[in-house]
Amino acid sequence: MSKSLNASPFARFPSLAGLGLTFALAAGSALAAGEAGMIKTAKGSVLIERGGQRTVAVIGDRVMPSDTLVTGADGSVGITLRDNTRLSAGPNSVLSLDKFAFDSTTYAGELDASVKKGTLSVISGKLASSSPGTVRFRTPTSTLGIRGTEFVIEVPERGAR
Amino acid sequence: MSALLGVAAIAALVYFNQPEPPPPVEPPSDRVVLLPDENGKVGKVVVITEGAEQLLATAYAGAKVLTGGKIELATEDAASVQLRYGAALGARPQKAVSYTVYFVSGREELTPESVSVVTELKAELARRAAPEVTVIGHTDRVGKAEANDALSIKRAQILRTMLIAQGVASTAIEAAGRGEREPLVPTADEVAEPKNRRVEISVR
Repeated sequence: MSKSLNASPFARFPSLAGLGLTFALAAGSALAAGEAGMIKTAKGSVLIERGGQRTVAVIGDRVMPSDTLVTGADGSVGITLRDNTRLSAGPNSVLSLDKFAFDSTTYAGELDASVKKGTLSVISGKLASSSPGTVRFRTPTSTLGIRGTEFVIEVPERGAR
Repeated sequence: MSALLGVAAIAALVYFNQPEPPPPVEPPSDRVVLLPDENGKVGKVVVITEGAEQLLATAYAGAKVLTGGKIELATEDAASVQLRYGAALGARPQKAVSYTVYFVSGREELTPESVSVVTELKAELARRAAPEVTVIGHTDRVGKAEANDALSIKRAQILRTMLIAQGVASTAIEAAGRGEREPLVPTADEVAEPKNRRVEISVR
């Protein structure tokens, strides 16, 4: 990284008025301490990698910060994080949740996720709309700073890099 | 003569059997495409690489990271996005839906309109495979901010108890308070506003 994310151009944009309210009606749940979210959709082969162990993921499973989700050739998975960020990965994808924290009273926190390969759709949640600079997505060659939005990411399969 | 023809035939055969030059291999590039939301609104994404930075702020604006961190802009459209990202888009979780309930002034009792909201909420829960409910209490700006934090959490817990009594599983409900941070009707400090004394319920 040659540039710090603190220098993100978002700092120059006024806050997206109204967006906070749009999302305000929903907030995170921390039914299990420290959890990041829940698997809401799952098709084909979907695995959760946690502490070196891989287990089959099913709808309703909790997702923890620092979990990695792996989909097979026929797989796809959708997760809603506690701040209402919605992530969904297509087939042959590897998505790592590197950091997640969200305070449902103050909306403070952060989200760091990386797409190692495959495709990812993102609908940002309260973190991105209420605290600029706290949400980052990474690919092997880039870092994305997010401000209240929807987007998709694609990371191709690579040989040795 | 025939020997000459034979040589020519072999030469032609060799010529036509030359493997075609391989198509130029496009090095794999990470890509990002900004999408409009369901209301057509578009947010912002900044793509930062080793040495370059690019803001995406229009619908279907795309960025492709080239070798050396260079960023190439590309405009996509709904069809090209569907083609490349259809499976990921198809796996999106359902949107969270929200309900607001109000209390009868000075009591721990919902207004009659709010009672029917609870019925709607139960129907929504039945439509979801793995629903989670969050109840968030809010206050107006009368009193100290810290006291309002506590009061807002209390309001949320009252509602949580009601939902459990209505048959919603307790493990699926979390209560939180936002104090006076998020007024429905913005007011000056110390102004009493019934619309701000509310509980918002979210299902995701």
